Amino acid sequence: MTYTKRFDGRKFDETRPMIAKVGIIPRADGSAMFQAGDTIAYAAVYGPRDLHPKFMQNPSTGILRVHYNMMPFSGHGDRVRPGGGRRSKEICMVMQNALTPVLDLKDYPNAVVDVFIEFPQTDAGTRCAGLNAASMALADAGLTMKDLVCAIAAGRVEDKVVIDLNYLEDSHEDGCDIPMAILPSTGEVTLLQMDGEISAEMLSDALKLANNTAKQIYDVQKVALKEKFTQVKK
Amino acid sequence: MNSERKAHLLAALKKNCRYDGRKPFDYREITVEYGISRSAEGSARVKIGETEVIAGIKLETATPYPDRPNEGNLMVNAELLPMSNPEFEPGPPGDQATELARVVDRSIRESKSIDVKKLCISPGENAWGVMIDVCSINDAGNLFDAAALAALAALKDAKFPGLTKEGKANYEERTKNKLPLKREPLEVTVLKVGDQFFVDPLSDEEKVVEARLTVGVTEKDTVCALQKGGQSPLTLKDVDEMIKIAQKAAQKLRKAL
Repeated sequence: MTYTKRFDGRKFDETRPMIAKVGIIPRADGSAMFQAGDTIAYAAVYGPRDLHPKFMQNPSTGILRVHYNMMPFSGHGDRVRPGGGRRSKEICMVMQNALTPVLDLKDYPNAVVDVFIEFPQTDAGTRCAGLNAASMALADAGLTMKDLVCAIAAGRVEDKVVIDLNYLEDSHEDGCDIPMAILPSTGEVTLLQMDGEISAEMLSDALKLANNTAKQIYDVQKVALKEKFTQVKK
Repeated sequence: MNSERKAHLLAALKKNCRYDGRKPFDYREITVEYGISRSAEGSARVKIGETEVIAGIKLETATPYPDRPNEGNLMVNAELLPMSNPEFEPGPPGDQATELARVVDRSIRESKSIDVKKLCISPGENAWGVMIDVCSINDAGNLFDAAALAALAALKDAKFPGLTKEGKANYEERTKNKLPLKREPLEVTVLKVGDQFFVDPLSDEEKVVEARLTVGVTEKDTVCALQKGGQSPLTLKDVDEMIKIAQKAAQKLRKAL
């Protein structure tokens, strides 16, 4: 089958409209929101702060802890029961691995940096939107970072490689979804997952497409971060 | 630390002012934004000063309870997200979240705000359930009043999804039918410290308060829920005065809707 026109009319290599804002949660040490189409992620950072339970403490470095949670009314269809399950547990872990390489927490032994990621509405691509928000929130918290993290999903719908799949494309029966996190200055990949089926050639094209798109996200993030600090206080 | 804060707050209240320059019965600036989540059937964002909560409503069909075969169901849940306050922890709802949810639930349920009979689709077999979830985004004090306001605003915003032949919700379709709302209850929390009363506390003020009374007030000025909090007792005279303060404040709060 051929996929001639995307469900929402975008070009095959075009992302959904992106909006980013930094400093949305005054109580947090750092915070940000990232919106891609109808998916909205909020991220808040607290720390470095004391880590409990104590056995989790690492005397040689601070650690990062990521919490991913969908608000109960944010899913497609039925209410999402609060509390999280296997899916969110796995996502927390891969997001933690995606963000840790850009941080240097050696100056904070035994401490923890907590990142809380929440979604008021979703339309696929939550882990990517969450990562984009989280990396801005970490920067907003003033932590030492060697790069931001830019996340985007590439994938296949029928015979086409596409970028930034929405729910209709993600749930399409003939296709696959490849969420990736990319360090924009080196092109290195810190998160890579896939579900669905794809040929090795198309996979290679999809990875390249995601890598090229990371730059666009990076620009959106940088503008949002600078905006916070150029705002004139009332 | 807290005892000095308390002395400071009390001294200020006696001079008719607060930490942030407000008078005792002034609210901070209130904004209500409707339809902030497309995934929900109804939603709203409420900001009171820096405090921010969002409420979302999902409508689901279910079998009515056997003792109320002609009525739909109502549920209120509050998520005190760890994102909103460094003292909140991830995990199942604690005492504070449970109290918040139950007090909001009570003012909506007991004012008979929702005409639950109109939620019935097929008696004894199928009825709509209204699931209200309130999430705190930034806790800068007074989550009670913000949560009740957000829940009401989301109820006003809600529209029924379609209904499939099997009697399940069809979320792909959004009808124009609004929820059958008969009453519009709000909540005002009145705080007491020393012999002084005030409303809309900041987080720092909440920490030194001796007693509080959350009052559910309908648009007809009737009282539809009460919850006393804090460890100090209240006299009947206190209660009378606090309810009068709440009724007056509710009129101001209602203007934000």
